[in-house]
Amino acid sequence: MPQLEFHDFAPQLVWLVITFVGLYLVMARMALPRIADVIEERRDRIQRDLDEAERLKEETELAIAAYEEALAKARAKAHAIAQDTRDNLNAQIEKDRQKVDSEIAKSMASAENRIQSAKTEALAHVNEVASDTASALVEKLIGLSQNKDDIKNAIKSLNK
Amino acid sequence: MANQNAGDHGAGTSSMPDPMHQFEIQRWLPLEVFGIDASFTNSAAFMVLAAISLSAFLLLSTSGRSLVPGRLQSLAEITYEFVANMVRENVGTAGMKYFPFVFTLFSFVLACNMLGMIPYSFTVTSHIIVTFALAAIVFVGVTIIGFAKHGLGFLKFFVPSGVPAALLPLLVVIEVISYLTRPVSLSVRLFANMMAGHTMLKVFGGFVVMLGAWGGWAPLGFMVAFTGLEVLVAFLQAYVFAILTCIYLNDALHMHH
Repeated sequence: MPQLEFHDFAPQLVWLVITFVGLYLVMARMALPRIADVIEERRDRIQRDLDEAERLKEETELAIAAYEEALAKARAKAHAIAQDTRDNLNAQIEKDRQKVDSEIAKSMASAENRIQSAKTEALAHVNEVASDTASALVEKLIGLSQNKDDIKNAIKSLNK
Repeated sequence: MANQNAGDHGAGTSSMPDPMHQFEIQRWLPLEVFGIDASFTNSAAFMVLAAISLSAFLLLSTSGRSLVPGRLQSLAEITYEFVANMVRENVGTAGMKYFPFVFTLFSFVLACNMLGMIPYSFTVTSHIIVTFALAAIVFVGVTIIGFAKHGLGFLKFFVPSGVPAALLPLLVVIEVISYLTRPVSLSVRLFANMMAGHTMLKVFGGFVVMLGAWGGWAPLGFMVAFTGLEVLVAFLQAYVFAILTCIYLNDALHMHH
């Protein structure tokens, strides 16, 4: 069994030490720090990019908030203007209506006055017409002319 | 590598090609430094190849340092994250200090296992001395970390809590033995898996040659499927080696029991 040839042990051990120590030095001093650097750098870069993206996102959100605030303000202003206009118009309409209403009331009152005076006037003439009619009727029926004053008194007493 | 040896012994001879021949150490460049045999062997060549290809892969793929990674850089980053998560989940953030070591261990074992899957290549991790040396580094390192962090309090690690006093001596002995066998189980697991898999492939490769054009298809089909399994084992054993290292590290740092 070649593995148990003791005189072959020494050269194998010597070269194992040489190659293993050499490899260890290359790995520990050069290769591994370099790979670690590359990986670290990449991790940093990704983190930086993520931070930047986060910052931009926050900026966007601020801009959106500002836009929405301005929009709400403009909307409120438009609403106020509309309300103002509506109120003004309503006040104007109310004033006009009151004016027209008072005019109507005034003309109605004067009309009523006129009707009232016409009515009293008419009523004042009723007795006269009645006495004339009564005297004419009496004359026709009994052929007797009556004293007008008597008739008037009679009518007056009837009216009471 | 399954058929590496087939030509030497050839079809038609009744003898099987030696399935252990692939594990032999060949001295390509005999060398002696301070009385120690430091010859450049086929094993050393594949260790160097593993270290260089790993370094080249990780350094070249990330040389662009691209923010959006290409295929190779993605692969390097996935490997990094895979081991980093393994350490983070099993040891916690305190263990990230030892992440370069765990990464080196995992990638070295994985590269050696995978290079071994190439035909005619040599599998470094199929030698117990190599896997044992790696396991011993882990074992000694973890023990030193444990004592450095907790002082003599680390010895409490061997005393399970909530046990009747009468059983305590027995349990402490068992705990100490299980702790001491860690490097053995860690190294034998990797070495035995690698050796068994490659031996199996070689044996079935021998069957293909012996049975020839008429009967060789059945073992050939088996070998294709088994090669797929071996690739999985190559990855899995590297993963198991690394994750057990993490668990041992966690024991030493936090003394969870």
